[in-house]
Amino acid sequence: MRYLFRPPATEAAALLDLPWDRPLAEWDPALLLDVPQRGISRHVVRFVATEGRVYALKEIAEPLARREYALLGEFEAEGLPSVSVLGICVDRPGDQEAILVTRYLEYSMSYRHLFSSPRSQHSTSQLLDTQVVLLVRLHLAGVFWGDCSLSNTLFRPDGDGLTAYLVDAETAERRPELSARMREHDVELARERVGAELMDLQFGGLLAPDIDPLEVADALPERYAALWDAVTREEVFQLEEQRYRVAERLQWINDLGFDAGEVELVHTPEGARLRVQTRVAEPGHNRRALFRLTGLEVQENQARRLLNDLRSYRAWLEQKDGRPVPESVAGHRWIAEVYLPVVDAIPPHLAGRLAPAQVFHEVLEHRWFLSEEAGVDVGTTAALRSYLDHELPKTPADMTTPSVLAAPPG
Amino acid sequence: MASIEMRNIVKKYGDGFPAVNDISLDIADGEFMILVGPSGCGKSTLLRMIVGLEDITSGDMVIGGDRVNDKAPRERNLSMVFQNYALYPHMSVYENIAFPLRLAKTPDDKVDRLVKEAADVLELHEHLERKPANLSGGQRQRVAMGRAIVRQAEAFLFDEPLSNLDAKLRGQMRTEIARLQRRLGITTVYVTHDQTEAMTLGDRVCVLRKGSIQQVASPRELYEQPVNLFVAGFIGSPPMNFLPATVEGNRLQTPFGPIELDERRAAAVAGRDLLLVGIRPEYFEDASLVDDAKKPLGSTFTARVDVTEWLGDQQYAYIPYEAPEKIRTHLQELSRELDSEELRTQAIVSIDATSRIREGRDAEFWLDSRKVHVFDPETGENLTRDAEAGAALTQMANEDREEQVAEAAGGLTGERSSGAA
Repeated sequence: MRYLFRPPATEAAALLDLPWDRPLAEWDPALLLDVPQRGISRHVVRFVATEGRVYALKEIAEPLARREYALLGEFEAEGLPSVSVLGICVDRPGDQEAILVTRYLEYSMSYRHLFSSPRSQHSTSQLLDTQVVLLVRLHLAGVFWGDCSLSNTLFRPDGDGLTAYLVDAETAERRPELSARMREHDVELARERVGAELMDLQFGGLLAPDIDPLEVADALPERYAALWDAVTREEVFQLEEQRYRVAERLQWINDLGFDAGEVELVHTPEGARLRVQTRVAEPGHNRRALFRLTGLEVQENQARRLLNDLRSYRAWLEQKDGRPVPESVAGHRWIAEVYLPVVDAIPPHLAGRLAPAQVFHEVLEHRWFLSEEAGVDVGTTAALRSYLDHELPKTPADMTTPSVLAAPPG
Repeated sequence: MASIEMRNIVKKYGDGFPAVNDISLDIADGEFMILVGPSGCGKSTLLRMIVGLEDITSGDMVIGGDRVNDKAPRERNLSMVFQNYALYPHMSVYENIAFPLRLAKTPDDKVDRLVKEAADVLELHEHLERKPANLSGGQRQRVAMGRAIVRQAEAFLFDEPLSNLDAKLRGQMRTEIARLQRRLGITTVYVTHDQTEAMTLGDRVCVLRKGSIQQVASPRELYEQPVNLFVAGFIGSPPMNFLPATVEGNRLQTPFGPIELDERRAAAVAGRDLLLVGIRPEYFEDASLVDDAKKPLGSTFTARVDVTEWLGDQQYAYIPYEAPEKIRTHLQELSRELDSEELRTQAIVSIDATSRIREGRDAEFWLDSRKVHVFDPETGENLTRDAEAGAALTQMANEDREEQVAEAAGGLTGERSSGAA
């Protein structure tokens, strides 16, 4: 047998003891982690946990495994929202298929959960937009997915919204640039799959009654076309307008959840022609800033929220002390005095249902909500208590992220 | 249903390299055409130009009499079979087949008619109300085919559909696809890199190499009358053996002794210098097991056997031979191009399973000289190809197909009318 993995992969070493020579379907259940709420897969997929991390193992034909391994590696390096690949095991005895190992996307949810859970505060429209953002991002990067479906996507709560991740690149293809026809075909495949998946939930009695699968499916191509146009359109305007038009366009691209890469402005007789190259990577400005200040790794919208809180905390410190407080000092104090007390207060039986940064975000939301109601700021401590008593328990236990499930108690 | 005609199709990418170079190919209405070749031969690109996913640089793509170059994929009404294998667990088999129609807002009575017709063809009738979890592997694949059928497409397209299935299921599916195609009589284009799949499935097979057509013929014609070394080496498993040969009158001198040529073939190679003689493994036999009446039709030679491989119902012997440097280089190039393991200077010969020929010993072999082909090592051309005999083989295949399609159509109409009654 042969194992291929990407460094740093000390984690891979912990996996080497697994019975790779046996068919995945026959592995001892004691080695496996039961992960609920997965999508539909035509392959044998199993989950294992070692040293606090969870991995997804998928049995597929070797050429496909090699290709998917290479593609997922590229996607990750470029910051495309996809699962992270650890490696593959090939040349298994008895002509068995290869196994592709990916790192489990913690705190993620499947569409089955999102569409059927009564707790879900995410609208269908928001979900669809999230999926469309992912598809547009991939297409900008020259990736033809070939199997864009809800089953092949995982969703992570991110502040008030969601971020979608590609989890299956088996049919994906990379081109220097995708033709309009390839994109159109990919969108058509997505429309059909999303429609079928929602119909399936409907047949299972799992779909909220106000959602019409056909309507949702038909909305997908329209939304895709609108977003594609918004991020790729060339604009021509009068020279005197150029300053605010450029700023407006860039702001709009940011609002859609994208970062602008290069901006090209050409003066022509008709006016200024603006072309903006949209970056394919997930936007990361706030994420990087928060990481620099606090060492916390969270998602972009969460980071924006946390940074805002950090900044207001810094202002409060400066006012209290009557002198300037450096950003880095504020960062350390905010972590110790504000952030950690909140996330450390999560009782063990509720741990792992939402990412700590998401809990923090929701506590702030909850505080705002309670304060509105009371007509006076209720403060973080009271908001936290109320949130832990009444709100967090609404996130079902089966949402608990596998690495927390796998962790030894205590 | 429709014919597909390609006229001088060219596909060039940004770098100007032609991935598909001047291809003209007619696929008859109802025909099962295979596009086969090693990776990079242009087969998938060609299929994608039929579907409409790749722009055509020049040439005409005509489907059902209409030029479709500028039509979007969905306007071409073709069905990529197996582009969605997913089975939806809460939906019955019926709904798993029906959903493309539901999404297209097809009226219920039409959905019902189309799903039931498809279920008849696929013999899924008894399973329609079941959930897919209760189906066998083969039945699950048939559900995916059902989806393609209900779309009532002009043609079916398959892009390496079996490459991600295990060997057992692959065999089953091959049979299913062939049977389905015959029953529906629907024009089908099937892309594969696997010559075994090509040989067992298609009415005609189009062998591609570096973006150009090498030969379009029935599997039997490709096997018995290949146009060149490439086709001869690509089709057949184990592959054809290529030995160095020099011409001496009506004879070829080879490492396995002289091979007598008939007049036609002798004339074709007259005056040539160094050649390659191509002999399929099954044209050899253990000389001690050959009927005396048959022996004069070939030649006998003695050689040392390196390895034997006994498979129960058949047996192979591996016989090394010497070849000049020039020939070895040609063979290496050929095997690289064929994506195959290196064609070593060793012949693989098929001998009867009862043969007692042993490894590491000299043994006497017989070789049927009636069926050998002689190739020009420089151009690869098959000098001894009998075009007429080849055409006759393809003609036979066409007649068989027409008969089968007619039979299937008769059967199907019967079922359809009884279903409608």
